[in-house]
Amino acid sequence: MLHAVFLMPLFPLAGFVVLLAFGRRIGEPIAGWIGTSAVAAAFVSACITLVGLANQPSSARQLTCSDSCARGASGHAFFTWIPVGGLHVKVAILLDPLSMTMAMFVTGVSMLIHLYSIGYMKGDRDFTKFFVYLNAFVFSMLVLVLANNLLVTFVGWEGVGVCSYWLISFWFHRDSAASAGKKAFIYNRIGDAGFLLAMFLIFSKTGTLTYLTVFAHRHLLVGGGTMTAAVLLLFLAATGKSAQIPLFNWLPDAMEGPTPVSALIHAATMVTAGVYLMVRVNPLLALSPDAMWVIAAIGGATAFVAATIACAQQDIKKALAFSTVSQIGYMVLAVGTGAYVAAIFLMVCHAFYKGLLFLGAGSVIHGLEDEQDMKRMGGLRRTMPWTFVTFLTAWLALAAIPPFAGFWAKGDILANVYGKTLVLYALGLLTAFFTAYYMSRIYFLTFTGRERWAEPAPDGRPAHHRPHESPWIMRAPLVVLSFFAVFAGAVNLPWVHTGTLGQWLAPVLGNRLFNAHESPTELIWLAVADGIVAVGAAYAAWRIWRRTSERPALEPAFLQRVWYWDNVYDAVIGRPGQVVARVYAVMVDGRLIDGAVNGVARLVRSTGSGVRRIQTGFVRNYVLGIALGMAAILAFMLSRTK
Amino acid sequence: MSIAHPLAGRGSTPSRAVLLAHAVAAHRTRAADVARIATPHIRYEAILPEIVMLGGAVLLLAVGALVERQLRVRVATFGTLAVSAGALGVSLWQWADVTSHGGFSAVDHAVVVDGFSALVNILVSCAMFLTALVADGYLRRERVEGAEFHVLAMVSASGAMIMGSANDLIVIFLGLEILSIALYVLAAFNHRRAASGEAALKYFIMGSFSSAVFVYGIALVYGATGTSNLAQIAGFLSTHVLTSDGLLLAGMTLLMVGFAFKVAAVPFHMWTPDVYQGSPSPVTGFMAAVAKVGAFAAFLRVFVSSFEQLRVDWQPIIYGIAVATLLLGAGLAVVQRDVKRMLAYSSINHAGFILLGLQAATARGVSASLYYLFAYTFMVIGSFAVVTVLGRRGDAAHDIASYRGLARRQPLLALMFAVLLLAQAGAPFTTGLWAKLQVILASVDHSVPLAVIAMLSAAIAVFFYLRVAVLMYTPVPLAGATPGVEVPAEEPVPLGKSVAPRALAAAELAVAGAGGTRARPLWTGDERNIVAIDRMNAGLLLDDDPMTLALEGAGEGAVPQGALGEGAQAVSPPSSDAERERMLVGESGPPRSLAFDTLAGGRGETLDVANVLATGPARVPPLSAVAIGLCVAVTVVLGFWPGPLTAFAHHATLLFQR
Repeated sequence: MLHAVFLMPLFPLAGFVVLLAFGRRIGEPIAGWIGTSAVAAAFVSACITLVGLANQPSSARQLTCSDSCARGASGHAFFTWIPVGGLHVKVAILLDPLSMTMAMFVTGVSMLIHLYSIGYMKGDRDFTKFFVYLNAFVFSMLVLVLANNLLVTFVGWEGVGVCSYWLISFWFHRDSAASAGKKAFIYNRIGDAGFLLAMFLIFSKTGTLTYLTVFAHRHLLVGGGTMTAAVLLLFLAATGKSAQIPLFNWLPDAMEGPTPVSALIHAATMVTAGVYLMVRVNPLLALSPDAMWVIAAIGGATAFVAATIACAQQDIKKALAFSTVSQIGYMVLAVGTGAYVAAIFLMVCHAFYKGLLFLGAGSVIHGLEDEQDMKRMGGLRRTMPWTFVTFLTAWLALAAIPPFAGFWAKGDILANVYGKTLVLYALGLLTAFFTAYYMSRIYFLTFTGRERWAEPAPDGRPAHHRPHESPWIMRAPLVVLSFFAVFAGAVNLPWVHTGTLGQWLAPVLGNRLFNAHESPTELIWLAVADGIVAVGAAYAAWRIWRRTSERPALEPAFLQRVWYWDNVYDAVIGRPGQVVARVYAVMVDGRLIDGAVNGVARLVRSTGSGVRRIQTGFVRNYVLGIALGMAAILAFMLSRTK
Repeated sequence: MSIAHPLAGRGSTPSRAVLLAHAVAAHRTRAADVARIATPHIRYEAILPEIVMLGGAVLLLAVGALVERQLRVRVATFGTLAVSAGALGVSLWQWADVTSHGGFSAVDHAVVVDGFSALVNILVSCAMFLTALVADGYLRRERVEGAEFHVLAMVSASGAMIMGSANDLIVIFLGLEILSIALYVLAAFNHRRAASGEAALKYFIMGSFSSAVFVYGIALVYGATGTSNLAQIAGFLSTHVLTSDGLLLAGMTLLMVGFAFKVAAVPFHMWTPDVYQGSPSPVTGFMAAVAKVGAFAAFLRVFVSSFEQLRVDWQPIIYGIAVATLLLGAGLAVVQRDVKRMLAYSSINHAGFILLGLQAATARGVSASLYYLFAYTFMVIGSFAVVTVLGRRGDAAHDIASYRGLARRQPLLALMFAVLLLAQAGAPFTTGLWAKLQVILASVDHSVPLAVIAMLSAAIAVFFYLRVAVLMYTPVPLAGATPGVEVPAEEPVPLGKSVAPRALAAAELAVAGAGGTRARPLWTGDERNIVAIDRMNAGLLLDDDPMTLALEGAGEGAVPQGALGEGAQAVSPPSSDAERERMLVGESGPPRSLAFDTLAGGRGETLDVANVLATGPARVPPLSAVAIGLCVAVTVVLGFWPGPLTAFAHHATLLFQR
């Protein structure tokens, strides 16, 4: 049953190839169904693999799979990629509870969002292309997750990056979409440089890139700050991919892509890849406390900053995007605290409810003729009952209202942070307040209050038609995700100790949890505090946003403009960079480099056309050439005789 | 007696028969008295691939004479495919045998069977198979009938196989001659083209010269060491110290010259461009692959195994030859207009890379050279297959300008050719990269400057590969006025000078009047960049060359300078510049003589480009398509996944029978 793991990436790959080759001929909607079933097949393979893995004894759950699955870092591989010098990249699958968990929710959520997309993308000019990209994305994501070494992870990492780029600028005829794609790509490239440098560093010290072998030789990285450098470089990559400070600005812009993309790539799966990478290399993290502090601080700061920004956004997708940044900030905070299980727990729960939120938002946008401004929504609970109910569960889950999934996941993280440092705990709790507040604001603005869509907009655009509920193909994923948004918390309840996510992940992550030291009473008080904060914030939002949509005092420009973060980057990096680039383009590139290159080219050409005169076409000259060459060699040789 | 009997049976006079019988008997007894010629014990499995190839050729010659005229080419093609597949199977079996039981020498130590020879046999069989696929379409198109083409090619291939497994200088010479003589005839095979005959004559004269040099070398080496057996030479040199080694060194030099001629190393390369350009295109591909594989196999074996003791003497020379070959091959390829001639120089450049492995004279070097040969074989046969197809009837449409816009007309073919060219340039995810990497790694171990020169030459080489690739993906210039060239009306206006300066200027004037901005793709950036890109394209795409100017209409090509806006002025270089460019890129005057380099100017036997572009897509015969597909598949698949081939070359070297 473990061998089903090979099929997992192959199905989306096959879907990608088939759609790429024949997609245009197949057309809508069959192409969508092919894409969806490829991912569904991957999900089934994942389920079969899961059963196989669960049947192994818990100590034997870390397997390297190539032609067969073997325990630990087996030397076998599908093939050795790039056998150059000391570098032998043995490509295989690393199957353990961590990659299994990721693979499960990646394929599961992807399947639902594929299904949803068939409805959402209906009638789009590039319907089939969309599914080509989506299948390519799922394949790359599975490569990222299942890789047994850093380099193959990086291949997947770049793969999801480029799919993300294609999908953000899917409607590339819009300038904003095109430049948003570029922005995402460039931010990610900065992070990727970190990934590459980290790989170079690790390879130079340990001579390998295979995870388990690196972990086995991790003592080679200790000393002289090497470990801290390696971990921080990897974390730089993670900040790019997972949209953390200082590289978080691309994610809100990425909402230019179609909404299913926002749900799948920019909420549920790809953006959590950075967190996954950090959890994957947790044995290295453990040896660098300094780096852990940096990670925790950045995670906490990102969570807080993004949560505040989310409070003032008008665009429903942008608000949700900042919420994603904030939630991933929580995960990074958990990683920095060493609470890896909690990070994965929140990642899984978040995948469900954030995916659901985006799909719900997509349903609303779809129903309102592509309207994304929340100030022009309101009262939708009557016209879109299915969307309303499912969105409601997701709201409660993300706002961490007990007993929904988010409450348990976030509570787990906060309890761990409490065990580590009070400062970050206070920041986390404050963020939790903002989280519940902005989420409730989104909910109230969208589904309750006056039906503002029926009125003309302040800027003169006409009123919308009466929104319609989405077709079943879009509602079905909402319902399924809604179920998980409510009940996903059950996989890791604090008072249960067997059969939990924590126990399942123990072979990879061990039992490094701070809250193990905390007494049950403490845990209960912490949970109560979480609950009170969440309910209080939701109540506050209810008081403020239930009836009105205009409260300028609560939406300061500072927050609307993302703490002027983009402006700072523009002033500090963008403009000086442009000046430097322009100078280089003219002076260095135009004169020096082009001059050198053209000079060389001219030299080669003129030499070539000079030398070609020797090539007269006359055999006598050719034979003379041979004779002269021979004579020269003979002369050299005979000069060496004894 | 067995000779005498039939003669007697035919009714010739009995006394004659009896006399003859007596004579034979007497001769036998005399021979027995003097000395019995010891015929060596022959292990036929040792030379089985050669036997299959040569036997297949003979059989095909007989069968070809029996079948109807119309069927001959087809029968010959499929016969050749079957025979080369058989040879491939036998070679693979040899490989398996050698890997499990180790190598051995046979036929009185004249031939050797080891991993090295098995790899060469496999490679030659593959090359033969692919050439048969390519040649089929060519022979039909050119209306050349008969099985002789394939027969000669198979004979030639068996010669290369013999060179690969020879363990004796004499046997190497035999192989060399079997290889070459068949190739001389093949070069002349298209008797309708004068170029073909000229190429063959040149090749024959020069080849004979170099063969003579080679035999002289064998004689000198024999004189110095008392043997022509490679293993015994090595043994002799390792146990004896010569008080005077002039004879030996001179012999080695002559051998080196002979090999260097065959592999087309500078300064013994001069036949290559003429012969490659003049020969029928499938023959060129075959020649470039098989002759080089056979010659390099023997070159490597003789110098790395027999003359290993004399390394310090021959390494500097190979060093010099490699440097000259790398630089001259790349440098001269840059100034060619004829694609076949360009590929000829590129194959000279490749020979330089393979020489790096020989120069290293280490196991790693040999394995790198083998790897390179493997990658090269498929790239070069694939490239010449495309050239064959695009040569059209008459095999003459080889001017670089006729490749322009190929991607529009035949996208798949253009893509395949682009991949093959990129592979030759050493692009990632092709075998070309790994091949270059291997030889450079082998040479960097002991000589960094040589590796640097190799990389420089690779950088120069990228230019002429990319130029063809870019040209294929550049639309044909919009020249509505040119009769015969139909350009679809909805074709988007391409970037750059190809719009023709007039149109650009007109557009600019219009814009200046309207006060708006020019409609350009966003990514081209501001005006200055556009001008720079335009200028670059103009240089790269030969927009200023006479061919394109002729296409655009000769009189209108020269636009009055004053009429242009500033941007357009920068686009079209001053006329003196253009003139010089034309001189650099290719001569365009009338042919001065029958000498071949006038052909390099793009005239002579090449078709008029305008005609080529006007006649629509070239027909791609299915078998040629299969050949091109196979070459690209090998190049790309093994490029993504270099492990097996590296291991293959490595094992072949490990099994090198010293």
